[in-house]
Amino acid sequence: METNIFEPPFRNELLTKRKKLRRELLETNRNYIDKHIAILGGSTTHDIKDMLELFLLRQGIRPTFYESEYAQYWQDAMFPNPALDAFAPDIIFIHTTNRNIHRYPELSDTPDMVDKLLDDTFEHFSGMWERLRKKYNAVLIQNNFEYPYWRLQGNRDASDIHGRVNFITRLNLKFAEYARTHDNFYIHDINYLSSDYGLSQWGDPFYWHMYKCVPAQPAIPYFAFSLSNIIKSVYGKNKKAFALDLDNTLWGGIVGDDGAENLQVGQETPIGQAYSEFQSYLKEHKKLGIILNIVSKNEPENAMAGLRRPDMTLTPDDFIMIKANWEPKSQNLIDIAHTLSLTPDSFVFVDDNPAEREIVRRQIPDATVPEIEDKPEYYIKAIDRMGYFEVTTLSNDDASRTEMYRQNAARSRAESSFTDYKAYLQSLEMHAEIRSFVPMYLSRIAQLTNKSNQFNLTTRRYTQADIAAMANNKNYITLYGKLSDKFGDNGVVSIVIGQIQNDCIDIILWLMSCRVLKRDMEFAMMDELMRCAGERSVRTIRGYYYPTAKNAMVKDFYGLLGFTKESEDDAGNSVWSLSVTKDYKNKNEVIRIND
Amino acid sequence: MDRKEILKKITEIIRDVFDDDKIDISEETVAADVEGWDSLTHITLIGTIEDEFNIKFAMKDVVNMKNVGEMIDLIIKQTD
Repeated sequence: METNIFEPPFRNELLTKRKKLRRELLETNRNYIDKHIAILGGSTTHDIKDMLELFLLRQGIRPTFYESEYAQYWQDAMFPNPALDAFAPDIIFIHTTNRNIHRYPELSDTPDMVDKLLDDTFEHFSGMWERLRKKYNAVLIQNNFEYPYWRLQGNRDASDIHGRVNFITRLNLKFAEYARTHDNFYIHDINYLSSDYGLSQWGDPFYWHMYKCVPAQPAIPYFAFSLSNIIKSVYGKNKKAFALDLDNTLWGGIVGDDGAENLQVGQETPIGQAYSEFQSYLKEHKKLGIILNIVSKNEPENAMAGLRRPDMTLTPDDFIMIKANWEPKSQNLIDIAHTLSLTPDSFVFVDDNPAEREIVRRQIPDATVPEIEDKPEYYIKAIDRMGYFEVTTLSNDDASRTEMYRQNAARSRAESSFTDYKAYLQSLEMHAEIRSFVPMYLSRIAQLTNKSNQFNLTTRRYTQADIAAMANNKNYITLYGKLSDKFGDNGVVSIVIGQIQNDCIDIILWLMSCRVLKRDMEFAMMDELMRCAGERSVRTIRGYYYPTAKNAMVKDFYGLLGFTKESEDDAGNSVWSLSVTKDYKNKNEVIRIND
Repeated sequence: MDRKEILKKITEIIRDVFDDDKIDISEETVAADVEGWDSLTHITLIGTIEDEFNIKFAMKDVVNMKNVGEMIDLIIKQTD
């Protein structure tokens, strides 16, 4: 079967047919988000730009580019640049490589001189980052450095302070430290990428001398794919969950035929070890907040017998939902998505059987189905190289996500034992904290604006820098809502941002995580918004609904809250208003607020 | 593969890269004859031709290449 042209391993056609591919992607007319991306290059960036555009379009991001003149990255950043100002970049990507390091230590240099050169080289870059950060409200992405193409001292280049390998290693650590201590700054790790690709091919001097192109052109699809993963992650396009097959995917053998005791897993055989290593790889994802589920054609008791083997790395507790039945896997996947309030496109479906993969692809066109072959020793790489879960920020919420989904499942069970829904809500003993944005939650708030699709009235995406700017501007009312109950803490789940103009407040963003649907949290947010509006002497609240492919559930949300519809255009965009009055009666009766 | 077949293959590649099925290529064609054939598209053409014929051009070959005919000479030299 022919592999997807947009997924590794890449074929040359991606480069040759780029124009046609671009046209076809743009013709699909999906709901793209538009982003301005400035590429400041230390070498030729034309192909990088073209390839990046294809990968971003695939992710639903439609970029407009600013490209610096050849090798003008530093000048473009450091000197007044009206063209870049007018462009107003959302992302600034600095494409430098070891070809842009102009001085390396001399063998005769003293250690102090080498340290000084290291600091100077670092400051050449960090000074530029500082200036860009001050001037533009943009996310910065910077390549680190690949190892040099040759080594004067051979192996000693790695340990001797005068060696280029040693120098680049130290420089990369300084870049990494900057990334750790600065928000909205990400390292594009070409040091790893180039080793994975093959440093000799990556650094092929033919492409440098002929075209001033680094990496070599055949590596550029890999380069741009890796870069696009950072960008799609920043804009909340990461996957959220695994849906995993069992037989010959998590273990070797068919549990229904072979019996749990005869499965290949554990440390006794090479094949068993490969499956165990794959299980460990999947289990590690829980720490990133990725949730694991099973979709298997099996009798439930057989599936459980396999999972309960004592030498199994993954245990039943690691999964949120285990679907072992004979229904079509696509249907099981849709059911899981529905129960967890996720969309099917947030799942990565892993199955060794090409027929099952094909059915899921066909039934759920948005589903992500990696082309794993039937070799368990390569499962990890087949998934890992895709960058489905590329981490740009890791909030405390991520680490405890599995626990939250488990609590949700417990709530569903509790719900079914009540006949009166309000009595059920009261039994949850909910508490909410609803306040203006505070620094502690900015990363979570930015993450929510980029991830929430369903309960989201305007679907505006913001970076953490945007969020911080609004939090500090008195012309905005900002509210975050954090909800907990007797089963546990849901964390920050709702965001409202209002922009005050004269005596009117425009609600530019109202969103809520689907994990707290039907808990009356939206009413609690409304009550608090009304209170804040009263304090600021606002007379009218104006709400907006902009339809997308995913947010139909909130089409009449403002009507439900008692707003009057003022207008609606042909595209379904509607404007609503509500007067701020003293006799507003609180709508929430089941959540205790800020106590 | 004879010269005619190689020319046909090169024509296909050029049509793909410029996304234009009407481009005609002969052995006498030079870069200036094709609109948009600049140093940037040249990289892609060279890389694709290397990939297609499973050959590797030396820098000195590419630098001295005058027209499509000379490119075919080089391909024949490496594939024979």
